Amino acid sequence: MPGTVKVGQRELVAPGDLIAEGDFKILSPSTIYKVGRKYYSAVVGLVQYDESSNTLKIIPLEGYYYPQPEDIVVGVIRSVGLTSWEVDIRAPFPGILYASDFLGRPINPAREELTDYLDVGDVIVAKIEVFDRTRDPLLSTKGKGLGKVTKGAIVEINPAKVPRVIGKKGSMQSTLENETGCKLVVGRNGRIVIDCPNRDLKDILVLAIRKIEREAHIPGLTDRIKEFIAKEKVRRGLIGGRS
Amino acid sequence: MGGAKGEKPKLILENGLRHDGRRPDELRPIKMQVGVLKNANGSAYVEFGKTRVIAAVYGPREAQPKHIAIPYRAVLRCRYHMAPFSTDDRKSPAPTRREIELSKVIREALEPVVLTEMFPRAAIDVFIEVISADGGTRTTSLTAASLALADAGIPMRDLVAAVAVGKVDGVLVLDIDQVEDNFGEADMPVAAAPALGEITLLQLNGVLTREEFEEALDLALKGIEQIYRMQKETLKRKYLEVEVEV
Repeated sequence: MPGTVKVGQRELVAPGDLIAEGDFKILSPSTIYKVGRKYYSAVVGLVQYDESSNTLKIIPLEGYYYPQPEDIVVGVIRSVGLTSWEVDIRAPFPGILYASDFLGRPINPAREELTDYLDVGDVIVAKIEVFDRTRDPLLSTKGKGLGKVTKGAIVEINPAKVPRVIGKKGSMQSTLENETGCKLVVGRNGRIVIDCPNRDLKDILVLAIRKIEREAHIPGLTDRIKEFIAKEKVRRGLIGGRS
Repeated sequence: MGGAKGEKPKLILENGLRHDGRRPDELRPIKMQVGVLKNANGSAYVEFGKTRVIAAVYGPREAQPKHIAIPYRAVLRCRYHMAPFSTDDRKSPAPTRREIELSKVIREALEPVVLTEMFPRAAIDVFIEVISADGGTRTTSLTAASLALADAGIPMRDLVAAVAVGKVDGVLVLDIDQVEDNFGEADMPVAAAPALGEITLLQLNGVLTREEFEEALDLALKGIEQIYRMQKETLKRKYLEVEVEV
């Protein structure tokens, strides 16, 4: 046994709490820190460990968005340059989107204005192409489902709760989509683009997302959400039932 | 705040208790709550007797103006401010010399615990508003600020808890209030990160002998231990109290 874990599985911890002593592999480097052979929590979160593979992880309950390459994000254009846009992606850094990437061809700033394509306040779905701590994240809109958002609404949630809205292998997201008939694009940065058939379904979906955000750390979430959506549908007279 | 006005009251009564009925090593009644402000990334309300403080944390976000950004870590910015209605005589809302200094002192007490090197070029803003002042505002502010940082999900090595020890009528007392500060012989605010075993703030106003200093520091660390435990409970309570609505 290379070490001992001092807390229970899925236990709630606060910064400074001793989690384990010994040699472990840290799966969440931004939420655990090590002094000598002791591991401490750096955030308020839930501990997950696996004794067979000697791994430690803390899932934060509060958080911010920190860009990672390959993340899908929903961004809002903040300023327009000569050959690139600056995009607000709710991170400590601005996202950069080059016009040549967005348009798929070289651009001559003397001939055309970027505001013809994307202007301040426009919403895009993009992928983080490159990011490391030395430079601001570079965005790309090349790929399926990426590019300018032309319809729908945006719901903002705490970025720490995004994995719960997506669910295991996308289970929560498909539950939401199937039950409400809406289309969801969940950005890693905590922005969700929703496109719904009508107002009632949109309201139900927003309430369901807020409920997920609030109860993210309590097990049995998917079933509760299913029940919640069904109840709301009955209450609004969308499907029959006792009301 | 403000100097000693009027007659000096008896600070230690015949039965050994203090003017407000506390034992020398007793803290004032403490209340703590996190997540009190909706629009901040993290927030906290802390009350030590009649001293009440709200702290708000924004960030990590882009550093504005850009020239203040540091290439290898985040800048921590701190604003300690006393509301005009927090004191007996109205305080001008403009930042005073004292508030500017306390902002700096609080920032320096928080910097050792915040993992700023995770956010190059970013800024973390801490706003502290004293709603009601009755002595020990800097220590209450620090306690609130560290709770607000944790509530914002900012990675920290540990929480910082703080309390002041004073010497009144020749007796060392924990968590002094305004009257004891005004008429006492010494005031020593201490802040520490107990899990790290580090003191992040130590000030001393007045005169203590070497022995008294050591005793006072011990007393402060004992108080900090209690406050620290309450801080952790407060952070966890936010999640344990969420009710499942079906």
